Amino acid sequence: MSDTTLRAWLLTETPQSRRQAAWGRTYRGWLLFRRNHLAMVGLVTVIVLVVGSLAAPLITPYDPTAQELSNRLAAPSWAHWFGTDELGRDLYTRVVYGGRVTLGMVIAVVVLVAPVGLLVGSIAGYLGGFVDRALMRVTDVFLAFPRLILALAFVAALRPGITSAVFAIALTSWPAYARLARADTMTIRNTDFIAAIRLTGAWPGRIILRHIIPLCLSSVIVRVTLDMSGIILTAAGLGFLGMGAQPPMPEWGTMIAATRGYILQQWWVPTIPGVAILVASLAFNLLGDGMRDVLDPKQR
Amino acid sequence: MLVEVDNLRVSFATPGGMEHAVRGVSLTLGQEKLGIVGESGSGKSLTARAILRLLPSAAQVAADRLTFDGIDILTAREPVMRRVRGKRAGLILQDPKYSLNPVMTIGHQIAEAWRVHKGGSRRLAAQAAADLLQQVRIRDPQRVAALYPHELSGGMGQRAMIAMMLAPDPELLIADEPTSALDATVQAEILRLIDDLVSRRGMGLILISHDLPLVSHFCDRVMVMYAGRVLERLPASQLARARHPYTRGLLDCLPSLVHPRRQLATLARDPAWLTA
Amino acid sequence: MTPPMIEVEQLRVRFGETEAVGGVSFTVPRGDSFGIVGESGSGKSTVLRALSGLNPNWTGRMSMDGMALGPTRDKRFFRRVQMVFQDPYGSLHPRQTVDRALSEPLLVHGIGDVESHILQALAEVALPDSVRFRYPHQLSGGQRQRVAIARALMAEPEVLLLDEPTSALDVSVQAEVLNLLADLQRRRSLTYVLVSHNLAVVAHLCPIVGVMQGGEMVEQITSDDLRAGRTRHPHTAELRALSVELEDPEEVVGRVS
Repeated sequence: MSDTTLRAWLLTETPQSRRQAAWGRTYRGWLLFRRNHLAMVGLVTVIVLVVGSLAAPLITPYDPTAQELSNRLAAPSWAHWFGTDELGRDLYTRVVYGGRVTLGMVIAVVVLVAPVGLLVGSIAGYLGGFVDRALMRVTDVFLAFPRLILALAFVAALRPGITSAVFAIALTSWPAYARLARADTMTIRNTDFIAAIRLTGAWPGRIILRHIIPLCLSSVIVRVTLDMSGIILTAAGLGFLGMGAQPPMPEWGTMIAATRGYILQQWWVPTIPGVAILVASLAFNLLGDGMRDVLDPKQR
Repeated sequence: MLVEVDNLRVSFATPGGMEHAVRGVSLTLGQEKLGIVGESGSGKSLTARAILRLLPSAAQVAADRLTFDGIDILTAREPVMRRVRGKRAGLILQDPKYSLNPVMTIGHQIAEAWRVHKGGSRRLAAQAAADLLQQVRIRDPQRVAALYPHELSGGMGQRAMIAMMLAPDPELLIADEPTSALDATVQAEILRLIDDLVSRRGMGLILISHDLPLVSHFCDRVMVMYAGRVLERLPASQLARARHPYTRGLLDCLPSLVHPRRQLATLARDPAWLTA
Repeated sequence: MTPPMIEVEQLRVRFGETEAVGGVSFTVPRGDSFGIVGESGSGKSTVLRALSGLNPNWTGRMSMDGMALGPTRDKRFFRRVQMVFQDPYGSLHPRQTVDRALSEPLLVHGIGDVESHILQALAEVALPDSVRFRYPHQLSGGQRQRVAIARALMAEPEVLLLDEPTSALDVSVQAEVLNLLADLQRRRSLTYVLVSHNLAVVAHLCPIVGVMQGGEMVEQITSDDLRAGRTRHPHTAELRALSVELEDPEEVVGRVS
């Protein structure tokens, strides 16, 4: 099939089959997304960051843990593009490797948190009554804890490391998503279209999963992208307190925390991982914004 | 003439090109009751709003002539328009719930509207507000003045809205589907009330509705709009003798209580109406 | 003797302190239409919602085809009874295509051959196949209401509950939808319960009309008697007069407007 006929097949107003309609929708979504230049910037940046982290050994000249104490806190140069840190390790290498840890943690947290929050929130909102009260009191308990303290306690009870840090952060971030999804569900559940679906005889689980959650998704996506930087910073805080990534493992937050004393003399040492955090959270934000537009068919 | 409109055009820029919502509408209005009838998308509301320059900012308005009591609406400066809108012309919308401030009592809102135009003390304004509520036949004006919009029924809310619009003694009243959200019994009362006020105060009235029998029952003249154009103008009393097939079609497709039909006539839309 | 399709006896519905429906009774024979008219707050929609199973907080007795109905209903009930809502803008899921909306009842009830059922349903409500993969916001009000009717018919119900099915539509579209409903009833021998504030619409579709006021059904009247003005309750007479006054001003003599 040539390009033009493929395009025509995708963009037809009268698809002949569900498969064609679904591909057409995806393609239209992509076209819409592509029109949003900022979102494209976000998407490309996220891809570059993820691919770069995965290919870290191939694109970095040093070992991230190799120390060279005679060359501490060196300024950027041809040998060390971003300079070196307080133990003489190559900063560029550590930032690239740090992406693995930091992005991995962020993605793991989101993958854990968003579905749990969505599910708890929409179940509570849809069923109401006793279920709602019980689930919401549980969320209140988690919301009432200071985030870092709960995470600390949790990590201390297990063993320090990124896995525990991920669970700790996830444990303290899902209540916000549950609240959000519940508020959305409460407005959706009284609409006529949900009444119509109830009248088909569908069981509540089906209604929640197939009809309510898709409508809660867009606000959750926005919230997730806004939370990304917060998650990175919490991870950094845990790392700084010795409860997150363990040295010498490179992690953006920990890298800033460990070198914050040098901000005035060797400013690039803490600044460069900071810029990495900034770029990553900005890219996720832009991407999330574009995704939300595409998810809403009224925008097309 | 209070309002003169000649060849009014309203269009919107859309991704698919210009969309012409009103395409060359002309009308004049004195101290009389004009009904504009049409289905959704006919451009009836846009036409009326253009007179008060209350169109969304995306709308592009053009006309050979568009005046309110000699003021050129197209070129008038915003302060002039604000005076026209607030003082000399009132707009009544379908749902009073959206037009009234939900956190202010009814009496307070009417008094504010009155004070903006007449000045005077708060006590005087409160008195005037109670007076106005009485004029729109609210039986217990003092009590109703102390209520918040959500505490009113649909009919009461619409009366309060009308009272507020009457506060500055306007010369023109535009009512956009004022009774579509109301019950038949209340609808009749509200329309009688508007009718009475309009004739007593010598105002001009533009009544916009989708309900042809209702409008003709109540107005002096009727203008039937379709796809941004006026298809037919006729004195309200001549409705039964309407000529245009669209007007006839609108009348014929109504189920009737008095003259039952097994099958309702449906409207066959002639593409020629778009250009006629 | 076959039992009536719908039997409602002394139905009461409370919302907190207020009684929205206070003891309503009526029966609808199989294949017949029953109309309920009343003003907003008269409880007419509440009756329909209790009957449909959407509101389980009622007392009294209701039965369908001789079987008593409880507060909650099972799948079998929803196969036999379906509802069409007033606002076609609000009754279709905004993120689901027509195809998805129509296939949902088939999936829930495990009815196979989705493809041909959907095409047949679209044809039955006179919609072109091209709307199948559209979203609700891409359709006109009349098209949406046709989709809503098609969805209600997917599982081949015997009873259709119609809650102001045309009051959000333009009059020309209203006529088309009313004709469609009349056609469908003839073809499928459906039983209708139609709620509306519009006397003419109710009388057009239903031979018997119940008039509600303040949660009570104050009168049940044949539409012939209603047309002829043989009313017994003053509220019925009032509603009729208002309706006739607009239709035919000369009919009502001595009424000042």
